[in-house]
Amino acid sequence: MNAILALVSGLLFGLGLLLSGMNDPAKVRAFLDIFGQWKPELMAVMGAAVVVFFFAFRWSKGRSQPFAGGEFHLPSLQRIDVRLIVGAVLFGVGWGLVGLCPGPALVDLLSFRPEIIWFLLALIAGNRLAHWLIGPARS
Amino acid sequence: MYSELAGGLLIGLAAAVLWLGIGRISGMTGVMSSLFALHEPQRRWSLWFFIGLVAAYPLFHLAGAEAPMTITDDPRLLIAAGLLVGFGTYIGNGCTSGHGVCGMGRLSLRSVIATLVFMAAGIATVAVMNQLGVSV
Repeated sequence: MNAILALVSGLLFGLGLLLSGMNDPAKVRAFLDIFGQWKPELMAVMGAAVVVFFFAFRWSKGRSQPFAGGEFHLPSLQRIDVRLIVGAVLFGVGWGLVGLCPGPALVDLLSFRPEIIWFLLALIAGNRLAHWLIGPARS
Repeated sequence: MYSELAGGLLIGLAAAVLWLGIGRISGMTGVMSSLFALHEPQRRWSLWFFIGLVAAYPLFHLAGAEAPMTITDDPRLLIAAGLLVGFGTYIGNGCTSGHGVCGMGRLSLRSVIATLVFMAAGIATVAVMNQLGVSV
């Protein structure tokens, strides 16, 4: 059951990214270009997604466990520290450079475009490098 | 505008299914890291999520829809960006999905701050590149 729900969720997520145009790096960069040729449409993507998840999360507070059983794995980290800020800055700079964040890059994988493959290989290298050099954050 | 709204609703629905269904946060950074730790049973859901995610591209096109994509072909930019995004999202524990959608949706101050910071850094990067005349 967990596998099916995760599969369906991944599929819906991917279709949402494609339908919204989040998978198009040029569109994402135009969204970030607020001092130039700003295209604000992508704001609707995060806005709509946040609102839907807000209600889903509120609903879950009245439940003792998820529908498929088990428990709600609430993120344990709450600290706002240097690690969080440095991570967000590095991520933001990379995001602005070409217009790709992890989700859209993964969704575009089966386009087999060499640009996406280059980015994904570097993305994985960056992820593993941070894992080996610094390791997971502890709460 | 409507396709952006509809896409956002789908993404929110996907996050809702994962949270209400199995109690997991749909963050791409977490999924990516978990793919390297599949020997831990509690992380196996991420493989199924990943399969669904990448299957969306061929299915979307099979359905006759189009998803245009324009991206730089400069390998140096692509590699630098990939390294920064991979490294930054790992140490910041999340990206546009985990912090931006789920974290903000559950009103986590930590995620709101992270989202504001990476948005500001992205905006500044594009602005500086435009000033320097770097076209992508």
